[in-house]
Amino acid sequence: MRSVTGKESKFDAFVDKLKKESPIHIAKRMDAPKWLPIVIRIAAVIVAFLVCAIVTVFFEPTAFGTFFTEMFRGTFGTERRVINLFWEAAILLLIALAVTPAFKMKFWNIGAEGQVLMGALMSATCIFYLGGKVSEGGLIVLCLLASVVGSAGWTLIPALFKAKWNTNETLFTLMLNYIATALISLVITVWVKSGSGVVGIMPYGHLPKLGGQDYVLNILIVAFVTVLVWVYLKFSKHGYELSVVGESINTAKYIGISVPKVIIRTMIFSGALCGVAGWLLVNGASYTISTTIAGGRGFTAILISWLAHFDPIIMAITSFLVAFMGRGAAQVSTIANIGGSFEDIATSIFFFIIIASEFFVNYKVKFSFSHSKKKVEGETTENTSEDDSSDAEMMSDTSQTTDSEAQTNEIFDESVPELQTCQSSEDRTCDVSTQNKEVTE
Amino acid sequence: MKKRILSIVLIVALVATLTIGLAIGLTACNPTEEEYVNPDYSNIKVGFIMLHDPANSTYDKNFYNAMEEVRRGLGLSESQVLYRHTIPEGPECTQAADDLVEEGCNIIFADSFGHETYLLESAKKHPNVQFLHATGTQAHTANQKNFHNAFASIYEGRYLAGVAAGLKLKEMGYGEGKDLGDAPLVGYVGAFPYAEVKSGYTSWFLGVRSIFPKATMKVTFTNSWFDIDLEKGAAEKLIAEKCVLISQHADSLGAPQACEAAGVPNVSYNGSTEATGPNTFIISSRIDWAPYLKYAINCVHTGSQIATDWTGTIATGSVQLTAIGDKVFKDKAAVQKQLDEVRDQFVAGTLHVFDTSKFQAYKKDDKGVIIPDQYYDFTKADHDGYKADVDTDAAFTPDTDVISDGYFHESEYRSAPYFDLDIVGITDLGNYSK
Repeated sequence: MRSVTGKESKFDAFVDKLKKESPIHIAKRMDAPKWLPIVIRIAAVIVAFLVCAIVTVFFEPTAFGTFFTEMFRGTFGTERRVINLFWEAAILLLIALAVTPAFKMKFWNIGAEGQVLMGALMSATCIFYLGGKVSEGGLIVLCLLASVVGSAGWTLIPALFKAKWNTNETLFTLMLNYIATALISLVITVWVKSGSGVVGIMPYGHLPKLGGQDYVLNILIVAFVTVLVWVYLKFSKHGYELSVVGESINTAKYIGISVPKVIIRTMIFSGALCGVAGWLLVNGASYTISTTIAGGRGFTAILISWLAHFDPIIMAITSFLVAFMGRGAAQVSTIANIGGSFEDIATSIFFFIIIASEFFVNYKVKFSFSHSKKKVEGETTENTSEDDSSDAEMMSDTSQTTDSEAQTNEIFDESVPELQTCQSSEDRTCDVSTQNKEVTE
Repeated sequence: MKKRILSIVLIVALVATLTIGLAIGLTACNPTEEEYVNPDYSNIKVGFIMLHDPANSTYDKNFYNAMEEVRRGLGLSESQVLYRHTIPEGPECTQAADDLVEEGCNIIFADSFGHETYLLESAKKHPNVQFLHATGTQAHTANQKNFHNAFASIYEGRYLAGVAAGLKLKEMGYGEGKDLGDAPLVGYVGAFPYAEVKSGYTSWFLGVRSIFPKATMKVTFTNSWFDIDLEKGAAEKLIAEKCVLISQHADSLGAPQACEAAGVPNVSYNGSTEATGPNTFIISSRIDWAPYLKYAINCVHTGSQIATDWTGTIATGSVQLTAIGDKVFKDKAAVQKQLDEVRDQFVAGTLHVFDTSKFQAYKKDDKGVIIPDQYYDFTKADHDGYKADVDTDAAFTPDTDVISDGYFHESEYRSAPYFDLDIVGITDLGNYSK
């Protein structure tokens, strides 16, 4: 299309000129010191807070100072608030941990919400039918077992389909979320004969309150599971195998790893963790079942897992920050009376800026007003592999290529600089390039 | 590179749009002031828990407006009323209530049915704080002195709206000896098949029947309190089933939109929808929560006990009807006059919505399924064994005989409705789904 009319080639020439004369130059970071990404991310968090504070001022001109004081009062103001904050972070972390093994394997499971819901439903079912008939301790253990089995079983469905028939797991797991929600609605309709659609607090199967405080036991359980997952991913043979499957299925096959087995095993592990999350939500927090019990955490957790580059320790920090932002913003909006959407706005700003900061982690931006094109080009060729050297060629070639070719080139264009990181680390930028490699094969 | 430049441009555009949007948001509404007598209310601090954001939920907005009216009326400062929006019906409600108590609130109000058990948890922890719960059912059995339920006899408002609907049907040409006949079919979009909704549609239908005793009605449920697509679809389905006039108990503008599009007259709830349906809007009933809030705040102010169950009525100003739609009647004033007459009968206590001589109710089996051709005989001394489920328990056991003096005493044994009879003339189409 671009080559058909002269107008568009003029546009191309214009862009080319712009590129040459632009005072902004973007280049891949090659030799960044190790501390730099950390500094950039900390800076991003600070910027996110500042932007939220400025947004608050839009609604309430006097609220700039209020924003910071209330942010901290809402989260650290009392002992109870601190525990609530840690609990919110813990449950986000647990679900993020649950989705991580599958992501490392490049199994795009976006069904965590539904998997948590199924765990919760199984646990609630045990309480509904067995509450008062078995001992409380026994009931809690039964709930945990049912929840883990229910959730793992639910996760097994897309895993089996993927392993046997190579179905698209993204769509599959997404759709299963809706089915899980509908199942809960159905069960509630059967259980609640008054027709109100509300189960309310069930009097059985409550986890004990350590020190008379809600959620303390829950937080300890999540801490234990976090260590477990960290060891599993980092030191176990299973953990190694699943990252090999994620890197390259052919390599995995070559060294004798059974790919379907690893997919199914990992997904059961993922599902079991979602089951623990569902169990904690029912037996340790809400004592009920509803379609909103997971509250979208299954989706937030995916973001957290990605942002942390699948590292459990960084996930813990990210979950904490997300929980801090949410709870703090709720307090700010209450005190400044700026409406219920503020919590969502603040959390979104936070994610937006943190994700944007990844750009600065991977690229450097130079400002100069002299024609430094040569210099930049020289820098790129110097450091790049053979794939990379095509970058400049393709950019100038696009005016002659057909539409579909141009598209492939665009994909290449994006993937090329990221090939670098692939060799050194196993972060997400690497995934894109290996995927594209597979495509071109 | 092109892509990157484009994305930078897009981001700049996004930020610009956001800024403009925020600026527009700043020029929000400035409601009118009302004059009250102002004693010193500095010992009052209210915490208000809402299910949604009043900015996009008519249900919560109704509460918000009432609270703001009372706040200004009593001369409370903005910092004396704290709002927590978008609080789900889960442990978040307990947390929000605890937060508000820590902020110094001595009255906590929650507006959604599912908040109840979680609000009760917080009430147990803070015996010196008063907890008010709208639409709840458990205060009279919870044995918790600082926990209170409230509702209003909105069935009277719906009955009045039903009368207005009947008068519209008359104008549409229904009547004895006329071509269209005297048995019009009306439709109703319900949320859940729950007592509050059942009480609502039955009272509305009885209002219609006070004009057309042979009228019949079809009901369908969306199983959601707020779903604009479902409500719209359900209304369209009822219109396709030949219902000539529609009403609803669900919080979105779905049904009024469908009615306006099809030119079918509509009776609304929670407030006027005339802006959505200028040609089809008849009237709307709503609960005004201001009288209750004022009462409860005054109780705390003077240190007196708040009623465990408080039911607002037409007389207390809790049951309100909006103005009649501008285009829907030829003689609006005549309709208003007729409604005022019925209204006066309610206030005088001479008219009862659920007069057992005015309807026949089906008997139901153990599973709650209607037994055809078997009706309760309410003239018997024990009212044929019929009992309502007033005291909430896990099995929803019917426990109280609520019929006396020839009528069903709705909202008297507790504030929230418990009318769960299925009366002859109403066909339940079941749940509507896409």
